[in-house]
Amino acid sequence: MEHLDQLVQQAAADFAAAADGAQLEQAKARYLGKSGSLTERLKSLGKLDPDARREAGAAINAAKAAIEAELEARRNAQREAALLAQLAAEALDVTLPGRGAVAGGLHPVSRTLERIEQLFGSIGFVAADGPEIETDWHNFTALNTPEKHPARSMHDTFYLEGQDEVLLRTHTSPVQIRAMQAHVERYRDCDTLPELRVIAPGRVFRVDSDATHSPMFHQAEGLWVGENVSFADLKGVIADFLRRFFETDDLQVRFRPSFFPFTEPSAEIDVAFMSGALEGRWLEIAGCGMVHPNVLRFGGIDPERYTGFAFGMGPDRLTMLRYGVNDLRLFFEGDLRFLSQFR
Amino acid sequence: MQFSEQWLRTFVDPQLDSDALGHLLTMAGLEVEEATPAAPAFSGVVVASIVEAEKHPNADKLKLCKVDVGAGELLQIVCGAPNAAAGMKVPCAKVGAVLPGDFAIKAAKLRGVESFGMLCSARELGLSEDHGGLYALPADAPVGCDIRDYLGLDDTLFTIKLTPNRADCLSLEGVAREVAAITSTALRKTEIVPVAPSHDGRRAIVLDAPEACPRYCGRILRGVNAKAPMPDWMVTRLARSGIRSISALVDVTNYVMLELGQPLHAFDNTKLQGAIHVRHPREGEQVLLLNEQTVTPAADTLLIADEARALALAGIMGGEDSGITLDTTEVFLESAFFAPDAIAGRARAYGFGSDASHRFERGVDFELPRRALERATQLIIDICGGEAGPVEEALAADTLPVREPVRLRTARARRVLGIDLDDAAIQSLLERVHLNVQRDGEDFIVTPPSWRFDVEIEVDLVEELARLHGYDNIPAVAPQGSLMMQPSTEHARPVWAARHLLAARGYQEVINFAFVEEAWERDFCANEDPIRLANPIASQLSVMRSSLIAGLVDTMATNRKRQTERVRVFEVARVFERKADGEPVTGFHQPMRIAGLAAGPVLPEQWGERSRAVDFYDVKADVEALIAPRGLNFVRLSHPALHPGRAASVALDGRVIGIIGELHPVWVQRYDLGIAPVVFELELDAVLGARMPAYSEISRMPAVVRDLALVLGIEVSAGRVIDTLRQAAPAVVKEITLFDVYHGKGIEPNKKSLAFRVLMQDTQRTLEDAEVDAIVTGLVKQAEAVLGARLRGSGG
Repeated sequence: MEHLDQLVQQAAADFAAAADGAQLEQAKARYLGKSGSLTERLKSLGKLDPDARREAGAAINAAKAAIEAELEARRNAQREAALLAQLAAEALDVTLPGRGAVAGGLHPVSRTLERIEQLFGSIGFVAADGPEIETDWHNFTALNTPEKHPARSMHDTFYLEGQDEVLLRTHTSPVQIRAMQAHVERYRDCDTLPELRVIAPGRVFRVDSDATHSPMFHQAEGLWVGENVSFADLKGVIADFLRRFFETDDLQVRFRPSFFPFTEPSAEIDVAFMSGALEGRWLEIAGCGMVHPNVLRFGGIDPERYTGFAFGMGPDRLTMLRYGVNDLRLFFEGDLRFLSQFR
Repeated sequence: MQFSEQWLRTFVDPQLDSDALGHLLTMAGLEVEEATPAAPAFSGVVVASIVEAEKHPNADKLKLCKVDVGAGELLQIVCGAPNAAAGMKVPCAKVGAVLPGDFAIKAAKLRGVESFGMLCSARELGLSEDHGGLYALPADAPVGCDIRDYLGLDDTLFTIKLTPNRADCLSLEGVAREVAAITSTALRKTEIVPVAPSHDGRRAIVLDAPEACPRYCGRILRGVNAKAPMPDWMVTRLARSGIRSISALVDVTNYVMLELGQPLHAFDNTKLQGAIHVRHPREGEQVLLLNEQTVTPAADTLLIADEARALALAGIMGGEDSGITLDTTEVFLESAFFAPDAIAGRARAYGFGSDASHRFERGVDFELPRRALERATQLIIDICGGEAGPVEEALAADTLPVREPVRLRTARARRVLGIDLDDAAIQSLLERVHLNVQRDGEDFIVTPPSWRFDVEIEVDLVEELARLHGYDNIPAVAPQGSLMMQPSTEHARPVWAARHLLAARGYQEVINFAFVEEAWERDFCANEDPIRLANPIASQLSVMRSSLIAGLVDTMATNRKRQTERVRVFEVARVFERKADGEPVTGFHQPMRIAGLAAGPVLPEQWGERSRAVDFYDVKADVEALIAPRGLNFVRLSHPALHPGRAASVALDGRVIGIIGELHPVWVQRYDLGIAPVVFELELDAVLGARMPAYSEISRMPAVVRDLALVLGIEVSAGRVIDTLRQAAPAVVKEITLFDVYHGKGIEPNKKSLAFRVLMQDTQRTLEDAEVDAIVTGLVKQAEAVLGARLRGSGG
């Protein structure tokens, strides 16, 4: 029987030597084919007596099974090698850049305005807007700033040729009046006016142009009117906003007495960072105060029953502080090398 | 307002250093804009007397001085100043002194002679730019005294920015009153003793407009020497308040205005005729002002006049002809109260302002004129000599401002501020600023003093309480509010969605000015009569834009100059048009628009993609994406900004909502763009509309697809073909998709071929071949009949 073992070994060696599928099939035929050596042996069994035939037959079948197993193993190995070769040939240079379009982006000030709307939206402020060519009445008179009031000299107002009653709004505060009037109208059948919370970002205009002033810039007006809105609430909301906006508790917020005709008491809001390039400097970022009773009245709201606070922030300034921009004019020059940094 | 801390401390001297005092002022609402030292840091400089000054033995231009610095022994100092002379008092930096710029003084040998210190010019001490020679000190300067003490140089110059409601703080006394109240420190007001008249010269005063001027005090001073030298202390205080010394009489009026807050005016009494009238102007009357401007005052401007002519604009500026000069010996001094309403805005209307008008239009204490007049009289007599006449006071008591009592409900104050401040604390705070407080049941009745013009209603007192209590001491609380869900609609999108969509499609947002060059309106909108600004800052920013496109074109031009070839930008903003029934501001229509511009390669430069320029259809896809899934109609359009063959109006549900097209080649050339951009501009409200999704049943039956190529005249638009096919298609036709446009070989020159894929499907059953063939035949027949089409490959 040693002869059979040798045959199996010989077959395994032949299979291993077969370089491809065709050679393997030729080698297979030499052992398992019609005239292969194992097939010949099986044919020769008939010459043996039954006992010997059974014994020899079992041995030959065992050898056949072993050779078939070797064959299968070799086939698998060849398939695997072929696949590996194919995959290797298909390899890409994964370091080549990706193809296709690239995204643009929002203006940095827009990013700020969207965040302002989101943050105030999270405590129920609804976004509002108003016209940019505004009536003198909404921009000044209804905001408790009558003609010849010294406060009017604080605004260098753009007027339209041949028009006395309209101007380019100098602030977003006229939206307060429009929002109050619309609110009162919407809920005129209610005994108690629901709370009014409005955030109104937009473009405003003043006759001013230098490194730190642009004749057009942004403001974001906020207004909260209700039955029990206090100055302490105003401080809370603004301090909360600034910490969320800058995503740090590492800042100080200061409310400093000031004067606006449309709020009383009024405050300027300063912020100081406790680290970074601007560490320790007080930076003015907003004006605010309790809505003046006359303004509530102009908005159609009873100042005895309701109180409110309002604020006007400078989103351009907030954007500069947030992203470290040092020149306001960059925002309005449309230089894509600058704007594309904020994608 | 600028003032010296030392001067302020003569009125009130709280135990606070300069920084703390500045912070306190800021937090009281008197914002300190600047706090600068009166002199730079230096040390070791004393008052010295030059005892001897002789020529240096080895140098022509140097002097050898023996100097007394009060140390017993005389110092030998070599000095190069031309004015160095024996008997002179000068600043001397002793050995060990450190001058500005960290310049240390050591003993030295100069041309072989030892020198123990340095005699100083004003510039070497950083006090002025004067370098003509040694700083000559007054003869009575005490030898040995530290120069910083002698000149009061350890002083801070505060510049405070006052809000218009706090005119009462436009003086040293006013600021001091505030500091005293907040720090609970004693206030030392200037002692003013009335000057007894020593002659009886009078000038009558007539109040012709008592509402505008209810009080006018005047007095004649005779024998005055207008050329008298000014005392150093006054010159220094004025200088540290930013006011240059001019002449004794002018300086005194300025000084009293700074000290007490009362603007004064000095007339040359010999140039006046008869009584003084405070009146409104007569027709055509003119005044030549001190600033050499001649004005014809408007009817509502108040004048000071005598019986012959108008002399001055009351409370604003004096007149040239009646003003004092250095030769004046007889002065008529005016100290009056002019009502804020009579002054406000007038100076601005003439294009200037003055310290006087600034104060009067905000409100000057109406009880102050006589006190200020006495103060000025005393100072003039002290400095210029002379004799004072009696004070003439014209008073219309019934038109003086009235300080009405204001009711303060303390519970209301607590509610508005959100703090727990008891009644006793409230009363104490208000009394500190000289408000008269009387109890009335639960409330206080509060009467403000004559200098406060800003306490008229309850909330004025609430503000005062907040300020005096300290804004820092009001807590920041998380507010409590009623919670109501905000509507969230599926019928509209926020503007942010549109912005992010365009950004994702490669556009960069820009923000351009709302006012533009007039030429842009003409070129891009054919707008010959734009909305013009009355007071533009520059001619290229002079009209309101009616379209966003010009701004985007300008952005493109700017970026191409900076070698950025590929430009994709958009803007969301208002535009402005005249419209008689415009809302919400009558006469104007101010809709929000969204506009974009694309130019240059369709993709950024990259490997593996063939570069091609962006075209109409790329941008059209962006516009469609903005509106999707709603469909748009595009119709050829003639527009001043756009290429006549490559422009379309954009309509949604039958409403034209904007335009799209390639920029007209004329503008491409004129604005030096190099290549033609494709632009679009849409009404934002239409873009932000949305369609709520609606379900329709999905068919489980197999779909049948047939391709259909039609040959048509070149002029037949694809849109028309699709519309025609859709109209002819039965309900089982689900989609008709254009997948090829061809003209060229195999097609006649004036024809084109459009290939469509028609997808048919029924929800209930499988379509049969015969049925499908019939549908396609029907579509072709319709196209033949309506459009003159034929099936491609069918000959003919």
